[in-house]
Amino acid sequence: MNPFTTFIGKIVSIPTENIDTDQIIPAQFLKVTDKNGLGKNLFFNWRYLPDGSPNPDFVLNRAQAQGAQILVAGDNFGCGSSREHAPWALAAFGFRAIISTGFADIFRNNSLKNGLLPIIVDKDTHRQLQSLAEEDPETRVTINLPDQTITLPDGRTVNFPIDPFSKHCMVNGIDQLGYLREHLSAIEKYEQSHPQRVKTI
Amino acid sequence: MTNTPRTLFEKIWDNHVVVHENGNPAVLYIDLHLVHEVTSPQAFTGLREKGLTVRRPSQTLATMDHGIPTTPPDVPITDMMIVKQISQLEKNCAEFGIPLMGMDSPNRGIVHVIGPELGATQPGMTIVCGDSHTATHGAFGALAFGIGTSEIEHVLATQSLLQQKPKSMEIRVEGALQPGVTAKDIILAIIARIGIGGGTGYVVEYTGSAIRSLNMEERMTVCNMSIEGGARAGMVAPDETTFEFLANRPLSPRGKAWDAAVAQWRQLRTDDGAQYDHTITLNADDLTPMITYGTNPGMGMKITDTIPDPADVADVSARQSLQKALDYMDLQPGKPLLGHPVDVVFLGSCTNSRLHDLRQAASVLKGRKVAPGVRMMVVPGSQQVKMQAEAEGLDKIFIEAGAEWRESGCSMCIAMNGDQLSPGQVAVSTSNRNFEGRQGSGGRTFLASPLTAAASAIEGAVADVRKYIA
Ligand code: SF4
Repeated sequence: MNPFTTFIGKIVSIPTENIDTDQIIPAQFLKVTDKNGLGKNLFFNWRYLPDGSPNPDFVLNRAQAQGAQILVAGDNFGCGSSREHAPWALAAFGFRAIISTGFADIFRNNSLKNGLLPIIVDKDTHRQLQSLAEEDPETRVTINLPDQTITLPDGRTVNFPIDPFSKHCMVNGIDQLGYLREHLSAIEKYEQSHPQRVKTI
Repeated sequence: MTNTPRTLFEKIWDNHVVVHENGNPAVLYIDLHLVHEVTSPQAFTGLREKGLTVRRPSQTLATMDHGIPTTPPDVPITDMMIVKQISQLEKNCAEFGIPLMGMDSPNRGIVHVIGPELGATQPGMTIVCGDSHTATHGAFGALAFGIGTSEIEHVLATQSLLQQKPKSMEIRVEGALQPGVTAKDIILAIIARIGIGGGTGYVVEYTGSAIRSLNMEERMTVCNMSIEGGARAGMVAPDETTFEFLANRPLSPRGKAWDAAVAQWRQLRTDDGAQYDHTITLNADDLTPMITYGTNPGMGMKITDTIPDPADVADVSARQSLQKALDYMDLQPGKPLLGHPVDVVFLGSCTNSRLHDLRQAASVLKGRKVAPGVRMMVVPGSQQVKMQAEAEGLDKIFIEAGAEWRESGCSMCIAMNGDQLSPGQVAVSTSNRNFEGRQGSGGRTFLASPLTAAASAIEGAVADVRKYIA
């Protein structure tokens, strides 16, 4: 994972609420055994017409979405299944951050482990970002993870919450497995004092 | 700590914290890790790349369910990507020493059906799986939740997981269910009430007399759909019903160990005076059969209700979402769903594919016929469920009614294996998700109970099962 500090990125907005992981990456694309190539199937059923051609009405198919790195999405983004293919697909498309008023728990956890930053903002900021994206497709905002801020084109700076551990891992590009493995001796001690509750073999 | 009253969730949480450093998430020990073919391959690749092994193969159990076909075993699999996923799981399990309920195992089935069936799921445990419906196992008084593929790798490597402590919510259901109203209707009513994000950040404990009187299979149906309310985990405190279900299962404790286990399990209840962060109450007497009309599981209503009108919704985004859903579903506001024509009826999924579900549906279908032109698929949750159902003659009831009797698996719940709706088709489904395209691109799903599904199959249209119940 690359360190995530600060960047200026173009935004694109999909205002729909409750976008579930089946929309982000439909189940037919879960047959892969690696993580690659999912970007082209992101939002597949919205992005392509039944004949396979791009749906011109869908925002990601418009010129403005080219090079967009920040997705502004409706409330409760990423609800539904635990498929990590969802953040893999979003990241493969080029997104580095999603801004919403709320995220589903598993999606948020999965994103944080893949260098994709879920940013929760208040309703007003969210509305402002949506209209900015509609008015000017070239709208850019600055995301600063160490400071936990986003800066809008009018200079307004908004704070966002993130737990200190996830922030530390993202800012430094640390894989969380490393932290877990530092505790292996404590895990072993736990195992010694707690008899195995089930044996599958 | 022992003097402070604690909730069931807190007791299990406290009992599994290995380390909790200030400001960091807790290192939580995992007792049982369930693995399936679709979300695990990249985790095993990660282990190999890092030169790691599986820490506790004997606390891990694998099966194949999501992509596998439900056609007879002698029909070859034609989807080469599925073939590859299956062989990859076989290879991974062999290499890392993980027990696998594979294609030819009589214990194969949907991962959330076989865990309890084998007795691997037990009270007081932490259980994870790369699948959001892991909440199902909470019916046994376990803390069970879905994880992503990175976390699968973490658990394989360390038998532990990094977790922020969730908040707790009590959902209390008092009273008695009326005839024709099932556990599925309880949970659909709960989700319609709290919304699909209502449980985000919470672990739910279901309490109250209506929950207590449910059998284990019904409790699993309720806990299963906790995630549809946004909660990662749902749980029910274990009691005699739980112990009776678990006695003499292949992986349950035996003899003295059983007695000791039951004595411990009896402690697993929320203490008097313990505080939940939030409590919701429902009256079971008021519940009726439920059905969803929209494209998320929160868009549910009493089966006799009419479809809500977006014009009545004040919030702009909620209004747009409802309008979008009705457009996708091709439904008109103000109209009833009863009598709406149906093309497919799907009886299956980890929500409603156990013996009790099949018995309920069969009780309605017995001596009756699936309406002409309607396809009804019955997909048992596991090979064990299939065999038991056949021993009772349920398969014959379904087949004589004109339904298809399939091999076990996830099937049309997720539509990865070719069991799917065609664009525009309408299904009454006992599964858990009605998202756009979930059961096949362009397909439309009404979620309901096995009883409602059976009645709708007979009428070829959304039907109120209560008229079939004497
Ligand atoms: S039956 Fe459906 S919800 Fe359950 S595990 Fe399978 S795909 Fe997931």
